[in-house]
Amino acid sequence: MAQSYRIETGGLINRNKKISFKFNGVTYFGYDGDTLASALLANGVHLVGRSFKYHRPRGFFGAGVDEPYAVVQLYRNGETEPNIKATEQELFEGLEASSVNCWPSVNFDIGAINNFLKIFLPAGFYYKTFMWPKSFWYKIYEPFIRKAAGLGVASTKHDKERYEHKYEYCDLLIAGSGPSGLASAYSAAKNGAKVILAEDKPRYGGSLLTSDVNIGNQSGKDWADGIISELKEMPNVTVKNRSQVFGYYDHNMLVMSEKVSDHLPETKKYHPNKRLWYIRAKEVLISSGSIERPIVFGNNDTPGVMLSSAAKEYLKVYGVLVGKKPLVFTNNDSGYETAIEFKKHGVDPIVLDSRSNPQSEIIDEAKNLGINIKNSYVVVAAQGYKKVKSADVATISEDKKTLGKIENINCDCICVSGFWTPTIHLASQSGNKTKFNEEIDAFVPGVSKQNETTLGAANGVFTLEETLKTSFEKGKELSKKITEKDNEVSIPNVVEKKYSKHDKFWCVPLPKGKSYKRFLDFQNDVAVSDVEIALREGYRSIEHVKRYTTLGMATDQGKTSNLNGLQLVSEIENKVVPSVGHTTFRPPYTPISIGAIVGREVGKHSKPTRKSPIHNWHEEHNAVFVDAGVWLRPRYYKRGNETLIEASKREAKNVRTNVGVCDVTTLGKIDVKGPDAAEFLNRVYTNAWLKLPVGKARYGVMLREDGIVMDDGTTTRISENHYHMTTTTAQAANVLSHLEYYLQLVWPELNVNVVSTTEQWAGAAIAGPKSRELLQKLFPKTDVSKEGLPFMGYVEGDLFGVKARIFRISFSGELAYEVNVESDNGRFMWEKIIELGEEFKIQPYGTEALSTLRIEMGHVAGSELDGRTIPYDNALEGLLSKKKDFIGKRSLQRAAFVAEDRQRIVGVVPLDKKTSIPEGSHLVKDANAPLPNKKLGHISASCWSVEHDNPFSLAILKDGKNMIGEKLFVMSPLKNKVIPVEIVSSHYVDPKGERVRS
Amino acid sequence: MLHIKCPHCGMRSQNEFSYGGDATVKRPELNKEVTDQEWDNFVYNRVSPRGKHLELWQHLSGCRQWIKVERDTASHEIFKTYKANEEIA
Repeated sequence: MAQSYRIETGGLINRNKKISFKFNGVTYFGYDGDTLASALLANGVHLVGRSFKYHRPRGFFGAGVDEPYAVVQLYRNGETEPNIKATEQELFEGLEASSVNCWPSVNFDIGAINNFLKIFLPAGFYYKTFMWPKSFWYKIYEPFIRKAAGLGVASTKHDKERYEHKYEYCDLLIAGSGPSGLASAYSAAKNGAKVILAEDKPRYGGSLLTSDVNIGNQSGKDWADGIISELKEMPNVTVKNRSQVFGYYDHNMLVMSEKVSDHLPETKKYHPNKRLWYIRAKEVLISSGSIERPIVFGNNDTPGVMLSSAAKEYLKVYGVLVGKKPLVFTNNDSGYETAIEFKKHGVDPIVLDSRSNPQSEIIDEAKNLGINIKNSYVVVAAQGYKKVKSADVATISEDKKTLGKIENINCDCICVSGFWTPTIHLASQSGNKTKFNEEIDAFVPGVSKQNETTLGAANGVFTLEETLKTSFEKGKELSKKITEKDNEVSIPNVVEKKYSKHDKFWCVPLPKGKSYKRFLDFQNDVAVSDVEIALREGYRSIEHVKRYTTLGMATDQGKTSNLNGLQLVSEIENKVVPSVGHTTFRPPYTPISIGAIVGREVGKHSKPTRKSPIHNWHEEHNAVFVDAGVWLRPRYYKRGNETLIEASKREAKNVRTNVGVCDVTTLGKIDVKGPDAAEFLNRVYTNAWLKLPVGKARYGVMLREDGIVMDDGTTTRISENHYHMTTTTAQAANVLSHLEYYLQLVWPELNVNVVSTTEQWAGAAIAGPKSRELLQKLFPKTDVSKEGLPFMGYVEGDLFGVKARIFRISFSGELAYEVNVESDNGRFMWEKIIELGEEFKIQPYGTEALSTLRIEMGHVAGSELDGRTIPYDNALEGLLSKKKDFIGKRSLQRAAFVAEDRQRIVGVVPLDKKTSIPEGSHLVKDANAPLPNKKLGHISASCWSVEHDNPFSLAILKDGKNMIGEKLFVMSPLKNKVIPVEIVSSHYVDPKGERVRS
Repeated sequence: MLHIKCPHCGMRSQNEFSYGGDATVKRPELNKEVTDQEWDNFVYNRVSPRGKHLELWQHLSGCRQWIKVERDTASHEIFKTYKANEEIA
């Protein structure tokens, strides 16, 4: 297809490289350097989508980040991404895109029936209508509304792209590479400051790309190009295009999204798709420019109605005519620039100026070119459905209240200019108290909260000369403070046209008897009448009006609609705009991919993976792994077709009958050293520690100050002032912080140091009746007899030349030992144990068997110490010293903690001795009681008892002490199970603890 | 993200720290008789001021020291940071 709206020459595109792309299945051609929007317009395509609520046809309104209409579904390299702005998406070979929010097609959209029902769909319609009957909401209303509304479709596939995060520090961050950004960056860079200059578009220069100005005897664009290439050569400057600074956070931290690959057919190898920059800047210069605002008139959403500045940009940057019979509707001089550009390219525009007799240099130029200018004229309504065909125009009275006779002018586009709105988003996000500037009818930054300065058009300064002067000076001043250098930069001469005053006029009144929709928010279909309804119904705060009407809440965040909305509210309310105030600007300035926010922290990278030094052996021996905190631990070692249950039963049984070995490297280990270590442990643990001799271990429980059990473990006195503390795998980090808290803040007088040694030691638990015989083989030179190494004893040993620590402690309830060696020797130790254990029928066991063994012994672990239980609940009250104080002791006197019927750990056995009890199930007295059935307790852990060969569970049960022998029911609504059970002692195996002492 | 000056390490980003609550709370001495009210005040009751607040942070991914930070809870301005047992001016 021919690019019939592309002018012969001109623009900044590369005409030597033709690019083919598809939109809604049709193949078109554009050029290298086009956006999807400019390429479609070059082909005369104006219909790109349907509006959110009424499904009215939508075209292009802007040429950049402010675009409210042209959001498309993009297909690239087998992936799809929704809600891409066609005005921002650069064209690449093979690009495919389609319209969103229309069905079955953009040309024939069934939802457009809403347009004819629009009297039924005013603001608040959904709130009011779909409230009753209540049951209809989930099944009928919501699914229908969801299907009918909404934008693009998110991909359900795994995202193959990579996203990176980068942290950066700089002296000056400059957001926007227009004249003020370039000037301030230049003078700051000359002073040696570390500068980051960010531009969201592919091309640098901002307004200089399209304005007809001269700087230092060059065109504005040539001057910008010169500055950019000089900045790029400087080692202290980072210049980034396609990079949007979208958020301004506390303490001068800003976040910028760099589109690294979106302009390419596919992401280059080793490159990310996007890179998110976290930038901590000493000073921030906001040179984000301004966005033209529309004038509101009837059917102002018809495709072909667009911002006058966008029409100029399409012409000057892309060489594209947005129409061949343009109508320019303006209240200021900017519209004339667009008209002049059209005229220069052989197209005759008509200018309607709402002002009665404006005089200025640029208007004279337009007149001299013979442009048809109509003063005191306005567009009353656009005519045409899928494209502007003509415009109803009329004269307007001086007070802007009365329209003259309506005439019809033939045209194919309407370029609107309602003056300029400074882009103050970043300044406002930083906490700047913005103020209303009557001169320009818009908000500008006021008093800064952080180190931030707004320059140029973003600050409401619309003359180039002043912008450049203040920006060169500000860049110099701020960098001088940081680098203490003061290098002179000469400010170039500027030639620009003077503007006359704009007209304070923003909305064309409705002609008598007409009910045209006059849109404020183009993406969310919010019309003047909707805001009027909201105010009539009593909404006063602008924040409430916004939420009720959804004005400014679409993906463009009201960049073109907010101020007109405020004008309307202030007019109806008879208030001035500053007292209405504006809604809060929140990051992000423009939508950011979720992928970019998440960065590399996806899948297995979402948390670190810690592996024990014996991990590879487990892998080689068919271990099936499970996440335990941040560690990977063997859950069981699979033999043949064994299931989890079968394997864990086999492993647990082998511990009870022969001997097993378990990798316990992951247990938290903390070295506690210093002359006051014993006193410190005595305060941290609930039991007594002062008299623990060297070479002995002790089991201890520590509480939080509120009396809840924090953690448990054994601690061993290695030497006079050196203790080796163990914690549960999950609580290791918290316990260390807890100890540091007390040592540094509460009892700094104690001479104790703590340090984590978790990763310094590899550990193996050797458990079972034959463990002593095996240990003797491992340490032939060490006396590990019953007397030489009694229960809770500790010795050091020599494991075939490797120094080892041997602890006689048990988690399984069997005769058991734990051997620790330095991590590097972990695998050596493990293989020795397996090798020498063979004659005793040793088997490795995983966490599942480990749990089975501890559950049937009634040893508590993480599922009982769940942050809700006190020592009594876990039958640990015997460890509470009466003679000394300890952390959390005073809390144990609280009434609920000493209640007669306090919850307590019990054992649970199903009456049929067959049905497994799901963990998390609730215990009730009567399974048939009406709901809500009173819960007496919950199942904390379940296993298949290998000793008794039937299911066994632990539970925390109200008045557990007096419930032994009771018959209750276990209910699991999730698993739809009701199981009759008997309550038994939590010590289901070896209740007297004879085995560990054998 | 806040920028916090660790008195031991210098300016660091907030994600290196963990928050530890009100720094003005003082633990009752060991072995001292305290009333229920006094104990509740220590364990549970906290004022939540809008404005200046002296709070504890631990430089968890740095020197692991607990520090005191004088911060405005509304504006996030940090006025001063102190070592654990430094005299508060």
